[in-house]
Parts: sequence; C-alpha cells; structure tokens
Amino acid sequence: MHPAKSVIFFTTASGAGYGLLCLLIAGNILGMMPGNFWLAFTGYAVSYVLIAGGLLSSTFHLGHPERAWRALTQWRSSWLSREGVMALLTFLPTGLYALHHLFFADMMQGLMGLVGIIGVICAIVTVYCTAMIYASLKPIHAWSNGYVPAGYLLLALMSGLLLLNVLLALWGTTETSLQLATLLILGIGLVWKIIYWRFLDGSKSISTPESATGLGEFGTVQLFEGPHTEANYLMKEMGFKIARKHSAKLRLITLMGAFVVPFVLILLSLLFGSVGAGISLVLALLAAAVGLVTERWLFFAEARHTVGLYYGASHA
Amino acid sequence: MTSLPKNPPKKKLGLVIDLDICVGCHACAVNCKEWNSGGHSAPMTDTEPYGADPTGVWFNRIHSFEVENEETGGRTVHFPKSCLHCDDAPCVTVCPTGASYKREEDGIVLVNADHCIGCKLCSWACPYGAREYDEDAGVMKKCTLCVDKIYNPNLPEESRVPACVSTCPVGARSFGDLGDPESDVSKLVAKRGGYDLMPEQECKPTNKYLPPRPKKIGREGQAPELVPVADSSAGVIARWVDKFLSA
Repeated sequence: MHPAKSVIFFTTASGAGYGLLCLLIAGNILGMMPGNFWLAFTGYAVSYVLIAGGLLSSTFHLGHPERAWRALTQWRSSWLSREGVMALLTFLPTGLYALHHLFFADMMQGLMGLVGIIGVICAIVTVYCTAMIYASLKPIHAWSNGYVPAGYLLLALMSGLLLLNVLLALWGTTETSLQLATLLILGIGLVWKIIYWRFLDGSKSISTPESATGLGEFGTVQLFEGPHTEANYLMKEMGFKIARKHSAKLRLITLMGAFVVPFVLILLSLLFGSVGAGISLVLALLAAAVGLVTERWLFFAEARHTVGLYYGASHA
Repeated sequence: MTSLPKNPPKKKLGLVIDLDICVGCHACAVNCKEWNSGGHSAPMTDTEPYGADPTGVWFNRIHSFEVENEETGGRTVHFPKSCLHCDDAPCVTVCPTGASYKREEDGIVLVNADHCIGCKLCSWACPYGAREYDEDAGVMKKCTLCVDKIYNPNLPEESRVPACVSTCPVGARSFGDLGDPESDVSKLVAKRGGYDLMPEQECKPTNKYLPPRPKKIGREGQAPELVPVADSSAGVIARWVDKFLSA
C-alpha cells in the first residue's frame, strides 16, 4: 500500500497526543501528577497540538477537504466515520477535565473525576477506531488481524509515556515509577512488533491468482499481459512495493529507534543525575519519533492488497 | 446512506462474462470509456494523455492470464474486469460520507460525486480493484453499469444494455437480472457453471464468470502433427515433385 505522508503523520502524532492526554488525566485522577501548573499546561497543550495537527493533516490527502464534515455522518457502518466522530467527541470531556485540572482543581472533584475517566475512555476508543479503519479491510492481509489494533493502542501509550517523561524532565523532575512503566511498555512493544513481523513473514492472504481469476482448476495462473502499458491508480496506490533489502534495513531502524535505543536511554536516565537524565529522556523521545514514523511507513509499505493478484503478484 | 440496503435488492443487475469466448480485443473497455466520458460519472479523466506517462480512469480493464498445466499444456485466458456490484459491498460500508451507495431497486453500486471527499478508503476496501480515483476531480469513480443507458427511454430497447455489452463483437458479455433465477443470464450461469471471483473475500459479487471450455486436443488426445508433403497416398504431382527433388 502506498505510504501517504499525511496519514503517517496523522496516525503517529494523534496516537502520541491521545497517549499523553490519557496519562495526564489518569495521572491526575490517581494523584500521581506533581502539582505543577506549567507542567500540566504544557502537557495538555502538547497533546492537543499533536491531536489537532494530526487531524488537520489527515484532511490534506482528501480530494475534497472542504467536505470533510460529511465524514461524520456514517458512523453506523464506517470506522473512518466513527474515528472522526470520536475524535471530536473526545475534545469535550478531556477539554473539560483539562480546564478543571488547570484552573478549577477544587471544584466538583467527584464529578470531574468521572468526566476525566470518560475522557480517557473516549481517547482510547478514538485510537481503536483509527486502527480499525485498517484492521477492517479484508483484502489487506497485513492489516486485517488483531495485531493491528493492539499495536496502535500500545504505540499510542508508549509515545505518550516517552513524551510525559520529557515534560517532567523539562520541569526539573523525574518520576522513577513512570520511567519503569515506560521500560515495561517499550519491552512489550518490542515483543509485539517482532511477533507481528513473524506473522507477516509466515503467512499470506487466503486469496491467490487462482481464486482471483477462478481459473485454478485449469492450472497455475500467472499474468500474461497487463491491461495497459502504463501504470494506473490501482498499481500506484495498492501495488506499492518495497525492496526486501530496504525493508530489512527499515525494520532494523524501527526496532532500534522505536524500542531498543529508548529502552537503553531510559535505563541510563535512571542512573544519571537530573541534567543527564533529562538529556537521555529527550534523546529517547527523538529516537522513538524516528522509529515510530519508520514503523508506520512500513505498516503501509509492507502491506499487500489482493488487487495485486490481477497485476502479476503471486500472492497477496 | 452508506449502510447496505435494509431489504436486500431482489433485482440484481449484473454482467456475465464468458471467458471461453472473450478474445481480448479491449473493445468493451474502449466503448466503456467512450460512453462514460459523457455519462453519470463523467468525465473519465486522463492525465497527460499524449505525454510520456499517460494515466487515466477506466471502469473496465482487460487482463490476460496464462494458465499452466503440465498435462494439458498452457492456455491464455483474456479476462475483462469491472465492478462486480457485490451484494455485500465493502466499498459501500467503509464510506464515511454516504457517497458510496448500493441501490435498493436494482443492486447497482454507485458513487455520489457531490458527497465524495476523495479519501480513497473504498478503493482499499474493494478486493477486486474496481474503483479508480480521479486525481483531477478529487473523487472516486467506478463502473455505473451504464445506469444512464440501461434505463434510457430515448434509446431503442435493444440498446438499453451497458456499453461494454453492446459493443462486444463476439458476444462474450451478457447483461441481465441475476436475482431472477428464470432470467436468461441466470440460466446461462447455471448451465455453464458460472462462478464468483474470490468468494473467500465474502463480498458476494453479482457479476459471474463462465469458465473456458475444456481444451480440445486432436482426435486421440494427440495434437495433429505436421506430416511430410508426399507419402504413398499423395497425388501424382506431389509424387512427381518429390521424385524430382529427391534425385
């Protein structure tokens, strides 16, 4: 599948934004957030910039961005529509809770706690909807499975944790329990990614050139001549192919950047003093940003669509 | 609405494509392009049509496949492919705007170009690659089953079939109601063992394909071979020429 930059940016940025937002709200409800106004303020600001920036960028790849509001109408059947609706809905409880957290901490604590929990659930559901846009597409074997929603949720949480560590460090504190939690999630993320790639390399679509043409009973089927001499939309959009040697390198960048390097840097941050810890947490976030964008690029580039079977692919 | 019709259409208009007959001349694709350049989803945009890298929207494309078999040898099968107007059309349900819809009255799947936001998700959801994005108009396009031709009262009755059907020089394409078991197309499908493409994708396509008939191989299972010009049964002149040349 063709990796569109706007969609890669949207899914990684909004995922990180929702992850951070959930942690800020949950952390405050559980009384684990330091009572630092500017820490919380920058936290919410970063979350909303990432979420809104991501949503905005997702409209860039549309043919008619001015009609994007129409995408809110078909939530009964469409995961893309559900994602749009949930993304907008999530602003309400999380925004209310952010205002409460920042400015009216003493008012209606019980009720606002409930609003916060609803906000966290809405944010999680939004990320789940994003993942289901892909996981619901049966023609794409790499996407149509349970690893995909698990991964989207896991990576959103992971990038949220990495962001929160950096924010704490910028305001002069570190939180050992948060660093340990980040290590745990990085470890789980690494295992998840390896399991996903093993699945991807060890399996293929149930559809074949034989089932695509229905000619299997006559023998093995391969394309003799394509319909046109030039590439068409289907080949460019769905037939995107990545060289195996490149994919191996990019997988390595993903593993190192998104998981291994941040893991080591956060381990180091536990040993260092405040400045050293801060630097290694920032570096961990930067490495993860590179790794996660590469991960999302590969998520598209490595996915094969059944339409390829009509254009010479031996499997999908 | 994006959801599939609540009452599944009783009438299911669609195509039956006979792979035994198709000669791969691409006339159906050309006439499709011609009719639809002025039809329901017009224009069928071409980008750089006379440039180095021409590309454009087609609703119907003709692939050719080679089928290899050690026992019976290879054969070439020409394979026209357009929208299959599926019963369970995933391109309809994934649409976030309701622009992509299936008609309750005849099962035709269409795109409302005024509501389409050009997100391309429907083209991802279709396992067959039946939808093509129009870069110029910023909306998705697809086969309309010539909805503007098949119901057109200004045309003579026999012309009210999709452009690809009316133009096929060998009669490899049939059009009709596949929801009615008594229709000519349904009978044809039953008689010839018509089948669905990729049934495992569970889209329940309306269009059916008829398999090529078994290949004839000579009289006794042997392909006829070239024989020498002259043997004992040859004519006088041939024997004379043979004698002259052998001398």
